[in-house]
Amino acid sequence: MVTIENLHFSYSRHLVFKDVSLSLEAGKIYGLLGQNGVGKTTLLKIICGLLKVNSGSCSVMNHEPSKREPGFLSELFYIPEDFVGPDITINNFAKLRGEFYPSYDANKFSRLMTDFEVNGNYKFTKLSFGQQKKAIIAFALATNTRLVLMDEPSNGLDIPSKTQLRRVISQASTDETCIVISTHQVRDLENLIDPIIILDKNGVLLNESIENISRNLCFEFSPVPVEEAIYSEPTLGGYIVAQRNTSGMECKVNIEALFNTVLSNKEVIKDIFKK
Amino acid sequence: MEFNEHKPIYLQISDTICDKILGEEWREEERIPSVRELGITLGVNPNTIMRTYDHLQSIEIIYNKRGVGYYVTTGAKANIISFQQEQFIKEELPKITKRMNLLGLKPSDIFRDL
Repeated sequence: MVTIENLHFSYSRHLVFKDVSLSLEAGKIYGLLGQNGVGKTTLLKIICGLLKVNSGSCSVMNHEPSKREPGFLSELFYIPEDFVGPDITINNFAKLRGEFYPSYDANKFSRLMTDFEVNGNYKFTKLSFGQQKKAIIAFALATNTRLVLMDEPSNGLDIPSKTQLRRVISQASTDETCIVISTHQVRDLENLIDPIIILDKNGVLLNESIENISRNLCFEFSPVPVEEAIYSEPTLGGYIVAQRNTSGMECKVNIEALFNTVLSNKEVIKDIFKK
Repeated sequence: MEFNEHKPIYLQISDTICDKILGEEWREEERIPSVRELGITLGVNPNTIMRTYDHLQSIEIIYNKRGVGYYVTTGAKANIISFQQEQFIKEELPKITKRMNLLGLKPSDIFRDL
């Protein structure tokens, strides 16, 4: 679906990506994690062609994204983090924009709007940030594009909407689609994002399925510090400990602890997951 | 659905399904929700549900009728019980025994009224 090879990218003198390679497949819901400023949004913008690579290559559904060809754009939807809609009603927006997407499903759109409890007769400008965000998510998923890129989709959503968001994303995922979600709110999307990609200044630290992570790493609570731990952090009444999984028994992947483990042990992680 | 901190999600979902079968909410030879349906209900990645169903198939608790869906196997209840008994003896009991030793409790202290 997406193949990035030896990507270099910089904003004038500020280098963002140096020799990054990454491959994304259909049938998955990727969780794109990384500290502030490592380039999550930049990566999404490169994939959808809003930014052009300096060198290396980025191929998306056999297109070069920066050419912004209609046949490419009609198969992709990018939801920016700070979406602000135009001064027209949501239903009108959906009707006009839907024309550009061959697989757009107007019934699915109204169903999703009902699920999110957003009234499509309102103008975007009359709605809160969260309401606008839900409307654009509903529209994005109704376009039925093969690739959906979401930048922090759970930001600004109220508690019931987050549950709804997980459901609609699960529903949107098929064998032919690829969904990429960048997020800091991993708890909002836990059990949904799999594989996990962890991005760092100089590239991809991790791009593994939850299954593979849990076969190799074990996250446990321990009342006392564990000496062999790769990583441990204090929590209420003890420690969250990450260790190599030697038992063969899988345990639940704690994504926040995984993130901290990967960031503080880059070499060890590289060694554990080397192919 | 509340997930706990230890077991992988696909096994936690598997346990929930086993409980539904034991409680006869889902009966033998009845069709159960599809991978997609359950994924949507729980807000979980469909690939995780697929793993759950693969696991339940491998221990003969559900089976797949090609093109129709997943069904609860005849004898699933008995399978679950023997599977969970084994699991209890192998995984839970050692922890209980350890805790009892720590607290100086003998089995006769606990089970004297039974």
